[in-house]
Amino acid sequence: MVTMNSSEKAAQKACQQGPSRENSKCVKEEKEKEKDREKKEIVVQNLPPSVQALMATIPSPEESPNYLIYKKMEAIIDKMQDENSGVPVRTVKSFMSKIPSVFTGSDLVAWLTRHFRLEETWEALHLAHLLAAHGYLFPIDDHCLTVKNDNTYYRFQTPYFWPSNQWEPENTDYAVYLCKRTMQNKARLELADYEAESLARLQKMFSRKWEFIFMQAEAQSKVDKKRDKLERKVLDSQERAFWDVHRPMPGCVNTTELDPRKLSRINALKARRLRQCQELIMQHNLKNNPIVTITNPQESEEEIQKKNAENSIKENGESSQPQITISCPETIPKDQPSVEQQIEAARRQVAMLKARIERRNIRGSKVAEMFIAYCEQYAEYDAFLTPPEWPNPWINDTTELWEQEKQCKDPLPLRRVRHWSFGLRELLQDPAGKDHFAKFLSKEFSGENLKFWLAVQELKALPIRRVSARAKDIWKEFLASDAPSPINIDAASRELTRSKVESGTPDRYCFDQAQAHVYHLMKSDSYSRYLRSEMYKDYLNGSKKKTSVKGIRSIVSFTGRKETN
Amino acid sequence: MAADTAVAASPEDTLESLLREAEALKQKLEEERQKLNDVSLCAVGARLEAISFPALKLRRVLKGHQAKVLCSDWSPDKRHVVSSSQDGKVLVWDAFTAARELTVPTPSTWVMACAYAPSGALVAAGGLDNKVAVFPVPPPADEDAALRRRTVATHTSYMSCCLFPNTDRQIVTGSGDGTCALWDVESGQLLQGFQAHGADVMALDLAPSDMGDTFASGGCDRAALVWDMRTGQPVQAFDTHDSDVNSVRYHPSGDSILTGSDDSCCRLFDLRADREVARYAKDSLIFGVNSVEWSLSGRLLFAGYSDYTACAWDALRGARVCVLCGHEHRVTRVQLSPDGTALCTASWDATLRIWA
Repeated sequence: MVTMNSSEKAAQKACQQGPSRENSKCVKEEKEKEKDREKKEIVVQNLPPSVQALMATIPSPEESPNYLIYKKMEAIIDKMQDENSGVPVRTVKSFMSKIPSVFTGSDLVAWLTRHFRLEETWEALHLAHLLAAHGYLFPIDDHCLTVKNDNTYYRFQTPYFWPSNQWEPENTDYAVYLCKRTMQNKARLELADYEAESLARLQKMFSRKWEFIFMQAEAQSKVDKKRDKLERKVLDSQERAFWDVHRPMPGCVNTTELDPRKLSRINALKARRLRQCQELIMQHNLKNNPIVTITNPQESEEEIQKKNAENSIKENGESSQPQITISCPETIPKDQPSVEQQIEAARRQVAMLKARIERRNIRGSKVAEMFIAYCEQYAEYDAFLTPPEWPNPWINDTTELWEQEKQCKDPLPLRRVRHWSFGLRELLQDPAGKDHFAKFLSKEFSGENLKFWLAVQELKALPIRRVSARAKDIWKEFLASDAPSPINIDAASRELTRSKVESGTPDRYCFDQAQAHVYHLMKSDSYSRYLRSEMYKDYLNGSKKKTSVKGIRSIVSFTGRKETN
Repeated sequence: MAADTAVAASPEDTLESLLREAEALKQKLEEERQKLNDVSLCAVGARLEAISFPALKLRRVLKGHQAKVLCSDWSPDKRHVVSSSQDGKVLVWDAFTAARELTVPTPSTWVMACAYAPSGALVAAGGLDNKVAVFPVPPPADEDAALRRRTVATHTSYMSCCLFPNTDRQIVTGSGDGTCALWDVESGQLLQGFQAHGADVMALDLAPSDMGDTFASGGCDRAALVWDMRTGQPVQAFDTHDSDVNSVRYHPSGDSILTGSDDSCCRLFDLRADREVARYAKDSLIFGVNSVEWSLSGRLLFAGYSDYTACAWDALRGARVCVLCGHEHRVTRVQLSPDGTALCTASWDATLRIWA
């Protein structure tokens, strides 16, 4: 069944190297690029090193948004195509004809499972589907680029058509392709419904140059006909798969779509580097012009060329390093101010590094302990680890949980009250906890601290227009010598705050020191006394009793409801 | 040190000595860090018992967007969700009933960010129009929410992320122009700019700290920065990712940040240890991470990938515990509901899904 003859070898070669369509537009483009590249090399040689360095910083394909993922996929494909350890590629005889260079879906999935040591088949299947959707392999007779774990046949795409080549095929190319398909006049090449619709639409759109498109299609088709039968089969399917990636069937995901966030960045980068490049070339020309007159016209011509040939520079990016940092403009010695800027930047960096070294950091083991302790403490409150007191609304289709929380009936559920003992932040975040703490403080005659802290929090959250007036109010209420609810802070903080408030327009952070001081006081003193107080303990016990009764009742009602259902 | 004494030195020499000093400091810093790096989090976590984690199931599908969903945010009421999409529409959902309650068209496409205010009565949204605008939800009776839309601020490039810092009166935004900014909602005044990222800012998160005065940002310069909102200066920086940082999220304790990146890796940076303490990746995961999230206890972390899936990791053991399959395109956002009972995912397949 598995045979190899010369024509199959040719087919396989085509599979690896891609079509060599002399007449196709792609090749022409390629040639133009080649020419540009050569020109470019000459230009580059004539330029000073600084400019050469700059030109190397023009974004290469490496920086295109999908580049990383394409390279990862290509690495996988590369291993898949290994003759010994890859996916077994065969030529299958079927009835009257041969199907060259194919492999089955189940072989592919098995290979992926083995290669990545995956535990579950769906994962391998999913990965295979993604490889297909990006056009690295394709089912031999289906426009929908996906993979099934069965004996369906698949084929590898030629590297020439890989998406990493940054194809942005135009509608005219698509029109030529569809037009060519109608000429081949074979059952297996018949246009799908959506393709026929596209063809009709394109024909309307390009009615003026349809003749030209038709001629191109005819020429391509002629070249195709001269090819070996099996080779043609492979090439046809690869070309079809290419268009299935770039003009996907309705309902299929277009994987060539880019995130505009990533796209706008690369565009900006490109524009910026090009601008700098041009500036430098201008300077260079100005310097050289008086002496070298002969090369001048040519050079300026090249310069215009370069402006136009932005794309080819992009293609030419192999010479550049992928690790270029975005801040490259600073690294190029341009003129005096930039040196000073660099010194400034370096100073800042040194200062930051020093600060980082001086920081007292803790050990990895200690960090791990703290993470684990946090998880243990909060596991009870994590609905994914411990079911909540009332049924999860999303699972049980009941809003009981939210209603109970909203009602906020006294006494509160035990775990909510226990939560307050985890930290002052947890206590103050819960409105009920905040109220209870305030009650405790007012009993202790030290409620001003909390009031002050809350007032400052509120100040920071105000619209800017009201900040100044409110800051003065806070000063009068808590800090002025005749304040109605005075707070105790150290003299230095008070003096600092006074100067800020009396400066005329106090800002949102004028009480920063005072607030931090008060918070520290509350945390270290009032809060720990609150947790030890009878008031909190009683409240906690009240919740305990209530919860136990409530717990029984909820079980009863729950089972009751179940029965009625 | 050297720079201060070298008064007569030429600027080039000064620069060189400074750079040399910086290099030496970097080395020293690395040594110091290694000294403290006695054991990794996952090595300690491996001694813990594996958690019996029930597989999350799909509970609701929110269908109604006509194009890619780019961002979503839970309302503080724990059941409403706002989402924004590529076609410029901002939708408000009652996720519990899976019903769409409000549609607000905006004049731009690619609305990349949307956020609920803490009061639950205001929504901010913006994107490719470089602007952040607010509108009331639900709009006052007989009024069109689109007419009540008001632009608060404008960046010089797209607005990629926004949040309300514990108040309805201010907005923090991150932008493609590489800056973050704090705005006064009422006047549209710039209260504080934050400049240190070398490229586009992709994500923001507010610290759950006592005062709420710090936030973290991640960007295309591969760095995650922690900012002091009062001074406008970065206080900590982490730059070990190999590609764009797409998402950043504070651990519920506020002591560490989790980042997700195009290098298909999530990393945990501890602020107390000032370095990376854990990494969540697998050979078979080759697509970028678009969004990360914590469970309430910090035991689980969730990540949304460009490979159409989201998954849950045991943060302490570093093992993947659950995969959420169902979306048919990139998952752009993963967010836990405020009470931790459900997870909402948004995707380029034009749907949002609720998992519990």
